[in-house]
Amino acid sequence: MMSSFLFRAMDARAGIFLAILGAAIILVPASNLLVPENSPFHVPTYAVTLMGKYLTYALLALAVDLVWGYCGILSLGHAAFFALGGYAMGMYLMRQIGTRGVYGDPILPDFMVFLNWQDLPWYWSGFDMFWFAAVMILLVPGALAFIFGWFAFRSRVTGVYLSIITQALTYALLLAFFRNDMGFGGNNGLTDFKDILGFDIQADTTRAGLFAASGLALVVCFLICRAVTRSKLGKVLVAVRDAESRTRFLGYRVEHYKLFVWTLSAMMAGIAGALYVPQVGIINPGEFAPANSIEVVIWVAVGGRGTLVGAVLGAVLVNFAKTWFTAALPDIWLFALGGLFVVVTLFLPKGIVGTISGGWTALRQRKISSDYEKGSDEPPSTPPQSPSAPANIIHCEPVARFPGTTKPQPAE
Amino acid sequence: MARASSLLYLDGVSVSFDGFKALNELSLTIAPGEMRAIIGPNGAGKTTMMDVITGKTRPDSGDVYFDGAVDLTGEDEASIAELGIGRKFQKPTVFESHTVWDNLELALKAPREPFATLFHVIANGEKKRIESLLDLIRLGNKRHELAANLSHGQKQWLEIGMLLAQDPKLLLVDEPAAGMTDAETAETADLLKDIAKDHSVVVVEHDMAFVRSLGVKVTVLHEGSVLAEGSLDHVSADERVVEVYLGR
Ligand SMILES: Nc1ncnc2c1ncn2[C@@H]1O[C@H](COP(=O)(O)OP(=O)(O)O)[C@@H](O)[C@H]1O
Ligand SMILES: [Mg+2]
Repeated sequence: MMSSFLFRAMDARAGIFLAILGAAIILVPASNLLVPENSPFHVPTYAVTLMGKYLTYALLALAVDLVWGYCGILSLGHAAFFALGGYAMGMYLMRQIGTRGVYGDPILPDFMVFLNWQDLPWYWSGFDMFWFAAVMILLVPGALAFIFGWFAFRSRVTGVYLSIITQALTYALLLAFFRNDMGFGGNNGLTDFKDILGFDIQADTTRAGLFAASGLALVVCFLICRAVTRSKLGKVLVAVRDAESRTRFLGYRVEHYKLFVWTLSAMMAGIAGALYVPQVGIINPGEFAPANSIEVVIWVAVGGRGTLVGAVLGAVLVNFAKTWFTAALPDIWLFALGGLFVVVTLFLPKGIVGTISGGWTALRQRKISSDYEKGSDEPPSTPPQSPSAPANIIHCEPVARFPGTTKPQPAE
Repeated sequence: MARASSLLYLDGVSVSFDGFKALNELSLTIAPGEMRAIIGPNGAGKTTMMDVITGKTRPDSGDVYFDGAVDLTGEDEASIAELGIGRKFQKPTVFESHTVWDNLELALKAPREPFATLFHVIANGEKKRIESLLDLIRLGNKRHELAANLSHGQKQWLEIGMLLAQDPKLLLVDEPAAGMTDAETAETADLLKDIAKDHSVVVVEHDMAFVRSLGVKVTVLHEGSVLAEGSLDHVSADERVVEVYLGR
């Protein structure tokens, strides 16, 4: 049972993608650590860290694509789960500082000493142990998503209403984390980290290790997403995306399905945040900003909603462009991003990967048909074998509920 | 007929939308194994009745019982489907970005919980069942086609196939022949008669030739309640029925 579950995760496209990712995981750190600095093949440490950051963004995009691309839940609040995972990691890193802080307190982080706190708040205990922090990285975003989803999906909040409350969720957390008495460092957040698992966080080797860890996390989560979306459960998710109320009439409890992928996705976002923080060296409430979540949706749209490779590609490409733009033409980045979204929505509604694979299928179809006309015996109805067609960005499904909001009936 | 021996039992069911009574004290009983045709002019409340039975709409008042004992007004769509009531919609609704095969696989009677479907591996028995359904609905050569690419009539048939795949005790079929050619309509009637051999079926239809070819008891709905009931000849001899159909 388990082996067929994993086997489903593989096919040619996934294979190529994983091969590229695997090569990057090995070659980038190697050319940073092993190749001499004056060689053209040397990758400088700042670039390793930058690419590591892209990989964590790619993982976040993957998480968003899982719920949006496959289940039609347009989350505009996934940065909240990302940031919570990041804070959990940040708390661990803060407690590793020990007496090396400005105030030299062995237990209390600097900001608590500054606020004249005498004791560590109860919710900071345990974070000196990595395993505990690792559990919290999954548990905190997962639990929040579960509770949020439990109420939202049970009361059948869908479409734009759901998107709005996910924005409200991340905004509420933004405001909460800004407050000093929350105990998370207020608007300065958590920073000045020294080491992680005993390794100096600034060291080239640690940076390379974090890059590799981000790549590995992406590979594992990609395989999980792949196995989930190609299973029968994945087919149910696409059914929910395309015709939610029909799925209910078949006997599927739609809210349970949504809750499952929503929670899974939030945990992946948490992992992404946890890997992001040691690489950028800071986590502050700005990560909860509503605009961040919206940006993730744009990455996914650009790469191709409903294609896992597309989500990863979109995140990397858009962030690469962002890095370039914010250095060269900082003032126009937001306009460029907005323009990109408009262009993709109008001209590439399936995103880059969706458009390419759609074009490929059509080409193959045409070739098979013309071969058939020339007298080959293969019948021309070779199908697009995908378990589901890549989704369009714009997707409006009318909300069905009790009287007053039933699906519009066609004229009889 | 008594509630205890009925398969479906509606008593005094009313539904109103913003003051407009779509169902008005509707009472109707279907016996186990029965096939029943429901006719009535547009807006008579036929679709609303199906919405009430399948849990999409809650009645303002009245009783709805399945199998003599299960109160359907307290259940939601998914559990009503699990109890064994399948529904074909007036507008064909299939999963457009899934293939014909996947549509049937999703409908197939099997555990419906997320963890069961996550680790589900299609069994040989299931494949055979899907194959035989594909034959029945004549979509065998379209099995890998996306449902979005089917014609209207093919979608109707696919939806009937999905209904059968669920293996329900009671099938509710809303206007199966809408938008079909005469030949397709006749085939659909044959298919439904075939299905009715081992299922209970409630079929809503406008097409009188279709209803006649079914040859079953007919219930005429009008303004949310039953106007007449009996054989097609019996109800078409009823003056009020003629008046409703031919206009006042
Ligand atoms: N969700 C709704 N909101 C408001 N009015 C509705 C709704 N559903 C049905 N109706 C009204 O109830 C009446 C019965 O509709 P329906 O059951 O679809 O009729 P039929 O299927 O017999 O043609 C119609 O007048 C229709 O406009
Ligand atoms: Mg109707």
